[in-house]
Amino acid sequence: MSTTDKTAAGVGPVEGGAVYTVDNPAPFIEAPRKRTKKTPKTTRGNFELAAWLFMRLSGIVLVVLVLGHLLIQLVLDGGVSKIGFAFVAGRWASPFWQVWDLLMLWLAMLHGANGLRTVINDYAERANTRLWLKALLYTATVFTILLGTLVIFTFDPNIR
Amino acid sequence: MATPVLDKGDAAGKPEAGFADSPYITVTFRIRRFNPEVAAEAVWEDFQVEIDPKERVLDALHKIKWELDGTLTFRRSCAHGICGSDAMRINGKNRLACKTLIKDINPEKPITVEAIKGLTVLKDLVVDMEPFFQAYRDVMPFLITKDTNEPTRERLQSAEDRERFDDTTKCILCAACTTSCPVFWNDGQYFGPAAIVNAHRFIFDSRDEAGEQRLEILNDRDGVWRCRTTFNCTDACPRGIEVTKAIAEVKRALITRRY
Repeated sequence: MSTTDKTAAGVGPVEGGAVYTVDNPAPFIEAPRKRTKKTPKTTRGNFELAAWLFMRLSGIVLVVLVLGHLLIQLVLDGGVSKIGFAFVAGRWASPFWQVWDLLMLWLAMLHGANGLRTVINDYAERANTRLWLKALLYTATVFTILLGTLVIFTFDPNIR
Repeated sequence: MATPVLDKGDAAGKPEAGFADSPYITVTFRIRRFNPEVAAEAVWEDFQVEIDPKERVLDALHKIKWELDGTLTFRRSCAHGICGSDAMRINGKNRLACKTLIKDINPEKPITVEAIKGLTVLKDLVVDMEPFFQAYRDVMPFLITKDTNEPTRERLQSAEDRERFDDTTKCILCAACTTSCPVFWNDGQYFGPAAIVNAHRFIFDSRDEAGEQRLEILNDRDGVWRCRTTFNCTDACPRGIEVTKAIAEVKRALITRRY
């Protein structure tokens, strides 16, 4: 039959170059998204729910905290030129500003880290890339949060 | 009472400009062809079709397959927007070929037709729908009741209770929404809009008693929380289902545990 001839002639060197017949069928195309034994198990628990909710709630709080922070630091009372060691020392003498900055540090870092976590989950294609990017992200987050917390609590205005 | 007269406007009966002589125009269809037995890569192939622009893209595909190139492969069953077989990416947007009129998608320029994204292309416009249906099966799209006895009477429901999930009953499983979702493109483990829509259809059904179970399934890492509300699914749905809204309702039900 002419169609068969045409098909046979059209077969190119794919996967070994053979012409496919009943005995030598075309390569089976495995779906890349097929669920196999390696597919991660379904997760139980409310972590994703909590993370999603945290993003919304921390976002609302951060709007107040960050905009207030920027207003105080950059706009009010002489703007950015007033900021110096004395200004920071004066502010952190009050527990109110200590709590404000601590809250801002924790919420902003966790908010940003969680956002990046979802970005990595969405865009990193290979499991290994995902693992390393997330490891880097978590390390950086924990380091920054701990260092910032340490500074806020142990700040000494009389340091030389 | 007299029969009402429709179309009394000026344009009635008057042929549209340019169509006075013949309704046929030449339209170029740029179709993404893929045949794993011929080449490992897909190629774009142009077909010139003489067709009435008031016909559908599916009619043009038929014309190509029946008159120009019989090897063109695509799915279609009912050809009237009910079976959900012929979802494809037409001019970069997921649509049903049987519901898209050629005149609506600018026939002056070549019309691109390709397989829906995110699923393995088997040949030309045919994709492997298995991962899509796997996600659909995972949300248990069937009525579940705690009472295991055979029902002795009809399960009644008020009109308001029926209205609650009316929108999501319209789904025809064409996969236009799921394959328009950027999260699904990158990670097929995400349940995808269609599975969530079909879970929504039962979660909010007053007769169904497995809402808790279904919510637990969608509470998964690859469940509703991966939705980024890009609204691609709502735009793509050929049935006009407010998909993103349905997903948001499932999220809310998970938080408040009220549904």
